Amino acid sequence: MLKLPDWKQWLRTARSNNAPAVLSRRHIYILPTRYGVLYAVVLIAMLVGSINYTLSLGFVLTFLLAGMGSMAMLHTWRNLAHLSITLHRAEPVFAGEHAIFEIVVNETSQRPRYAVAAKFEGHEASYADIPASGQALLKLALRTHKRGWLKSGRITCFTEFPLSLFHVWSYVELNSRCLVYPHPAMHNSEVPNSADMGAAGTLDARSGDDDFAGHRNYQIGDSPRRVDWKASSREQGLLTKQFQGEAKSSLWLDWTRTPGSNAEQRIQLLTRWVVDAHASRQSYGLRLPQQEFPPNTGQAHYHACLQALALLEVS
Amino acid sequence: MKHQPDITDLRWLLLSLGLVVALHVSHFAVWISLFIFGFGLWRYLIERNGWRLPSLFVLIPLTVLGGLGVLVTYKGLFGRDASVALLALMLSLKLMETRTQRDYVLLVFSGYFLTITAFLFNQSLLVGAYLILPLVCLTATLIGVSHLNGKLGWRFQTKLAAGLLAQATPIMLALFLLFPRVPGPLWGVPQDAYSGMSGLSDTMEPGNISQLSLSGAIAFRAEFKGEIPLGSQLYWRGPVLWHYDGRAWRMSSPNLNIPRESLQLKGEPTLYAVTLEPHNRNWLLMLDMPTATPPQASLTRELQVVSQRPVRTRMRYEGSSSLGYVLGENISERERELALQIPDGGNPRSNALARKWAEGGQGPAGIVQAALSMYRQQPFVYTLSPPLLTGADPMDDFLFNTRRGFCEHYAGSFVYLMRAAGVPARVVTGYQGGDVNPVGNYLIVRQSDAHAWAEVWLQGRGWVRVDPTAAVAPQRIERGISSALPQNEALPFFARREVSFLRKLYLNWDAINNGWNQWVLGYDQQRQMELLSRLAGSQLSWQDLAVALISSVGGIVLVISYFLLRSHRLKIDPLQKLYLEFLRKLEHVGLKRYSHEGPLDFSRRAARQLPTQAKDIDRITAAYASLRYRSDSSPQALEAFKRLIRTFKTS
Repeated sequence: MLKLPDWKQWLRTARSNNAPAVLSRRHIYILPTRYGVLYAVVLIAMLVGSINYTLSLGFVLTFLLAGMGSMAMLHTWRNLAHLSITLHRAEPVFAGEHAIFEIVVNETSQRPRYAVAAKFEGHEASYADIPASGQALLKLALRTHKRGWLKSGRITCFTEFPLSLFHVWSYVELNSRCLVYPHPAMHNSEVPNSADMGAAGTLDARSGDDDFAGHRNYQIGDSPRRVDWKASSREQGLLTKQFQGEAKSSLWLDWTRTPGSNAEQRIQLLTRWVVDAHASRQSYGLRLPQQEFPPNTGQAHYHACLQALALLEVS
Repeated sequence: MKHQPDITDLRWLLLSLGLVVALHVSHFAVWISLFIFGFGLWRYLIERNGWRLPSLFVLIPLTVLGGLGVLVTYKGLFGRDASVALLALMLSLKLMETRTQRDYVLLVFSGYFLTITAFLFNQSLLVGAYLILPLVCLTATLIGVSHLNGKLGWRFQTKLAAGLLAQATPIMLALFLLFPRVPGPLWGVPQDAYSGMSGLSDTMEPGNISQLSLSGAIAFRAEFKGEIPLGSQLYWRGPVLWHYDGRAWRMSSPNLNIPRESLQLKGEPTLYAVTLEPHNRNWLLMLDMPTATPPQASLTRELQVVSQRPVRTRMRYEGSSSLGYVLGENISERERELALQIPDGGNPRSNALARKWAEGGQGPAGIVQAALSMYRQQPFVYTLSPPLLTGADPMDDFLFNTRRGFCEHYAGSFVYLMRAAGVPARVVTGYQGGDVNPVGNYLIVRQSDAHAWAEVWLQGRGWVRVDPTAAVAPQRIERGISSALPQNEALPFFARREVSFLRKLYLNWDAINNGWNQWVLGYDQQRQMELLSRLAGSQLSWQDLAVALISSVGGIVLVISYFLLRSHRLKIDPLQKLYLEFLRKLEHVGLKRYSHEGPLDFSRRAARQLPTQAKDIDRITAAYASLRYRSDSSPQALEAFKRLIRTFKTS
């Protein structure tokens, strides 16, 4: 097949910064599909046959199908028009995985829509039906390569319903982005010793939730699950329960002590350590050139560290 | 992710294709229909039971087998019957490879094409009405296959398909009326398409015409400009037969160098239009005697009208005939010779009788009368199933022995006797009479009205029609064949005229059918120009037609686009409307609901202000709450609510 230059980049796009993008008349394009062209060819053959054999009913059938083809054009166009698209922020993913953007398609014309699809260029499409005056959620996958912010880019909304004779499409560009964490390195490095570390440098494989080892005062950031609520109801104040596992001293992940031939490798290694530490519920801290994250556990700390690693600027 | 079509889509596809093939079953060989339905069933079982699709190693031999089968059955691969059968077979084989959306779409388009091929065989009104079914199903299949992310439901698909087709109908009508009818054919037409047609033949043997009388098929319909002539005047001229070889009467050779017979007309011509069903022969039927021929037709020597090409499609032509005439006032020697020819020897008694009349000195006219009185007085019987005349002297056998015959016997024997007595005579075949349909005021002439009569040449009067059947069974001439034959004779059902209710139904049906033939099937270039010129008030040219076509189709599309594409106003649901009516009534007495007031709070405030209506207000608000907030919105409840509101008065 001939590779035509991408003429489609010159078409209008429905852009929006915050408000939903509406697929209005100006933004919708229509072309026949391969099936549409074939349909026209079949109709011409039927017409010529009807003329040659003087088949009046043949004319009736051919003209009826030709009329239906024109109606298909209107119906397919109508199936996409005036939809409003909102793009939600995608959850962060690791580089190499697919970023899942959720888009919500709103229908405002009190008419149900069928087989409406959306996709990023070069990716697979997601199909949905939208009830009258309702909405539908579509999940679009976008491939990720590098760490950092990934902009969502141009989304193509299209449909070929009801007769697959016409392809109606529109472009939407919404400012949404996805944070891509660095790809974690392979599993085989040991964490080097840190001057602040109290215990041995190996990661604790135990889950650490074994024996109860007393209370300490509640500190901001402690997980609410560890708080002794019964004590609090007895008006003893907020106390955090401590467990054996926690008695171990925490782990420090230091940029300066991370091996690696270039910055990216070090980032990937650090990412791997953060992931493993989080998985084993080990308390860990992160020390980067510009930032420092004191040892902690929990989702918020995990994502904060990963975000810092994702956005780390290296000169 | 886009899925593959599933078993529901397959069911739709098989149903649609089955409906299309059903159109063809009546003219396919039985094995072909079985083959096709067999493959359909196999494909369905594959899908249902999860078997594997057959590989090419199975399909290719089956294809070759199918092709060979068609070759043997239809003696060729091209031609109408063979090609259509082959197409249908190949489609059913393609079913075995059908998996993806692309295959389904291809098969649906092929289904549309296969439907049009059915019209090569039959375009009757019933087929036209039936057409809707496969069309809706094929379109519904296409819809289903365009929506592969879940089920649509058969009701929705059918409704959408029917809706699309209904919206396409105005465009179809505009195109049908205005699309220029190029006279076909653009290339040749397959020859085998006409094998099934029958009608009058160019020879007459005892038994030919009576056989034709067993067919109730319509030969032609005739509309008259004025009054429909009487039965005894309706002689439709067909082949004129001169030559008798002892068994059959035949037409004379076209190479004879005899000029056309002269014709003098008397009285006003009768004008009519004939819609002739195809019969694969050249002759066009016209009343004795035609005064003008339709285009592309000519008169034979004996003033029979023949067309240049055999009549293979229904055709309509206008005619004008004069019921009073003098044909062939002068006869040449050669013609006289031909008109007196009888084989030597044979039929001694008939010859003797004829000679007796000739020697009686009555002159030719007297001889004719003598013969007719013989037919009248002797016990001759008019019957559809006379005994076979197998002897060496068939005329003698008939005239003196059996005396039971049909019109071909009477006409043949009469002409034989005339010739033996020295009066030039010939047999004329054609149709006689017809069934008047009061619905539509036209004449239905069937194959069972086929008839044979005679013409004798008399000095000063030319060729005069003599119908010996009139002497034997005059009712046949005046009122048609069913009144002439006894009840137990095997006449085709529609040729009979007694059963009144069914007959009335049938006549209405035939009138509709005739309308269909004229206006839908017979809508050719001539008709189109006539209709459009009449509508436009003046003659139209090609350019006018093209402009009208484009503008009307464009206009229709615009109108339909408007209805389809306009944005809908927000519809207030009926419950809300009724409650708003209630609120408006209260507003008239100054009681307006605040925007922050719920219906219950408002009703309490209203009850305080209008204590006499407090109960009604309460009831209405309670009903509104239950209709709105519980799922209790039956139409009866809504009706009750409506009544409450309408009867509510503020004073």
